[in-house]
Amino acid sequence: MDLQRTPGIRPRPTLWRQLDAASRRSFPVACTALLLLLSAAPLGLPGQAPLQPAVATGCVFFWSIRRPSSMPPAAVFLLGLLSDLLGLTPPGVSVLILLLTHGVAIRWRRVLAGLGALAAWLVFIGVAAGAAALQWAIIGLLSFQLLPSSAALLQFGLTAGLYPALAVVFTMAHRGLADPDRA
Amino acid sequence: MIRLSISKRQSLARLTLPLLVTAAFGVLLLGRADAPLVERARMALSDALVPMFAAVAAPLSAVQVGMADAKGLLFLQSDNARLRAENEQLRRWQAVAVALDAENATLKANLHWIPDPAPSFVTARVVADAGGVYARAVLLSVGRSNGMTKGQIALDERGLAGRVTELGLRSARVLLVTDMNSRIPVTLEGSRGRAILVGTNGPRPRLMHWPEGAMPVEGERVLTSAEANAFPAGLPVGVVHYNASNAPEVELAARLDRLDVIRLFDYGLHGVLPPETAARSLERRGK
Repeated sequence: MDLQRTPGIRPRPTLWRQLDAASRRSFPVACTALLLLLSAAPLGLPGQAPLQPAVATGCVFFWSIRRPSSMPPAAVFLLGLLSDLLGLTPPGVSVLILLLTHGVAIRWRRVLAGLGALAAWLVFIGVAAGAAALQWAIIGLLSFQLLPSSAALLQFGLTAGLYPALAVVFTMAHRGLADPDRA
Repeated sequence: MIRLSISKRQSLARLTLPLLVTAAFGVLLLGRADAPLVERARMALSDALVPMFAAVAAPLSAVQVGMADAKGLLFLQSDNARLRAENEQLRRWQAVAVALDAENATLKANLHWIPDPAPSFVTARVVADAGGVYARAVLLSVGRSNGMTKGQIALDERGLAGRVTELGLRSARVLLVTDMNSRIPVTLEGSRGRAILVGTNGPRPRLMHWPEGAMPVEGERVLTSAEANAFPAGLPVGVVHYNASNAPEVELAARLDRLDVIRLFDYGLHGVLPPETAARSLERRGK
């Protein structure tokens, strides 16, 4: 990341190389936004509704641990806003949940980055449970209704279950396609 | 760019997250206070996405139709037998319907009955399931530019599906009757008792507030009621069904899980004002 400041021999920073590096740096946010749009598209999948919060939480958690410089809080805020506008959640709910997810990931980053894949997943299961419960509570409070807990459980299950798949793909991207040092 | 010392920059970075969390609460409050603003933002996004969604939906629906055709081939024999039996039954019903129609016509002629004006309608394709974890809605590829108005009533080929609640230039959102914010005045066909159909986000909305002595009966037909001037009377909604905990629910006639094409009727009813107009009329009163 701070490669430009360290002394050493490196290729000349041509325009193309800079563009390449920039696109690799913006990969996490762009990829998350694209996945959000895709999960709102009419794919005709059963249980597609909880897919969007599941994708958003997983992406933000992964990239906040692996490369926080490419998943800044402001971007998390905007991703949350996009998620709220795409789904019919009251605006601000996903923003809050994603920011808290980001906060947890950043706070425990040193520990989480050192953990194995399985342990990181176990921690994420806890995060997913918290996110689903928080969303259930806030929306219920805003609409003065006791919401069906089955929807929250489904969302929790999908969020926790989808994470390993996301993590595998993103780990490969992190080391290859989206690595700015390879530009 | 302003040059800051490393320690200052770090403390600023540490402040960003709490500030943004506060901003998130601000957005929550703003969303509560200014619903039309949120609606406009949502429909602007939908307007931009509808062409993309429509492009995705076309090949996908082709694949789904193809798969349904293949499945149909497998059950050709049993389907044929079932259809033949159903056809016979329908023929008997047709005779009854024709007789009733003729009788109805003579009775109306004798009574100088003023017929209801035929409503105008447009048919639109459902481009996306626009609900979320806690909402049930669909997105349509028609909007204000097609002469749509808010409050239009959406039916599929079998019965009531919902109402247009948000309108963009090229897109519209229909809140389905199963959404937990949906409240619809209905009539129980047998007793003519009025009731309210309350969405629960589940597949079957609940019946509430029926008059004393007019308990909904299992299998009774449920129609819309003209109460509150939001719906025309007599649109088919579904049939009463008691669930396991003995609460009356409505088995909907419309197939909301596979909405493909929706008819939007303009009955010119504005009994229930959408929030935008309500806010505007309040403003006028304030002045």
